[in-house]
Amino acid sequence: MNTLVELAVVHAQLSLLAFGGAAAIIPEMQRQVVDVHHWMDAREFAALYALAQAAPGPNLMVVSLVGWRVAGFWGALVTTAAIAAPSSILTLLVSGMWYRFKDAPWRKALQAGLQPVTAGLIMASAALLIRSTAVDWSAAAVIVAAAGLFIFTKLHPLLILAGAAAAGAAGLVG
Amino acid sequence: MSETPPAPTVFDLFAGFFLVGLCGFGGVLPWARRMIVEQRQWLTLAEFTDMLGLCQFLPGGNIMNVTIALGSRFRGVAGAVAAFLGLMAAPVAIVIGLGVVYDRYADLPPVRHAFVALSAAAAAFMLSTAWKIASPLRGRPLAIGVAVCTFLVIAVLRLPLPAALPVLALGSAALLWRFRL
Repeated sequence: MNTLVELAVVHAQLSLLAFGGAAAIIPEMQRQVVDVHHWMDAREFAALYALAQAAPGPNLMVVSLVGWRVAGFWGALVTTAAIAAPSSILTLLVSGMWYRFKDAPWRKALQAGLQPVTAGLIMASAALLIRSTAVDWSAAAVIVAAAGLFIFTKLHPLLILAGAAAAGAAGLVG
Repeated sequence: MSETPPAPTVFDLFAGFFLVGLCGFGGVLPWARRMIVEQRQWLTLAEFTDMLGLCQFLPGGNIMNVTIALGSRFRGVAGAVAAFLGLMAAPVAIVIGLGVVYDRYADLPPVRHAFVALSAAAAAFMLSTAWKIASPLRGRPLAIGVAVCTFLVIAVLRLPLPAALPVLALGSAALLWRFRL
């Protein structure tokens, strides 16, 4: 029970911090889940993140998986609801007013200011995930090769993820 | 000239987004745009782009916010809830199914090695996203400075995001505004 409440509080906070979507809150989620509450270690967090990438749906699915891992079915329900409710209520309230403030200077300034912050947050997410997944030279090689494919080719992302998993299963990695 | 299609019902909203959630491997945005603009024509492309802009500006999952904004626009709170539940139903069930499978087989060497590689590739996917998100900053030293500063505060100093984000966002907005004038 206590754990469910903690899961709810942690993820409800993350909801209102998720500027730019899930990618921006991975560092804070990892800090809370791994460092503050010790629900799992950084490697397991990275594995759950990877697992969520293999599923369809919004990229926030890692949240449901973390909830499930920590507290089973109810954990998944609680974290999913908690990550969604605060931002959804805000969207519900704001979407009606959006057009009125479209050209307001403060809104433009805030939007312009958030852009580099979001970029920095996503770079931080990438750095933390790399730090916990580059466990040896072969995994590091996968990161370099996959990053090249993601950035410089138009291959479907799922194809690249599946290719990496296949290379791992074949014993080439890890 | 084609007629404007009738406004979607609560059930239409659930069904439309249910299929988006089910199909949305590797991100739901392309599927959501296709369903909303091309297949069901609930919004024009311009309306959709504007709605997406709002949803990216607000915190929370972008497409999750789209379900709320679009659902409430047509059918109020009931529409928002229906669209949201439609989007989330299949992915939550599938991801937990994957979790169960992972749990059962995580100790088998091929599965363990597959996950080491998959985790590494997923980290690279995030890196490529960072690369793409950061590319509009090129040639703007001040914005790059803000991004690097954010990176250091979160990834190196590991300061809590709830405290750091308001300072970073408002500081960045003020700084960029000041020097653009």
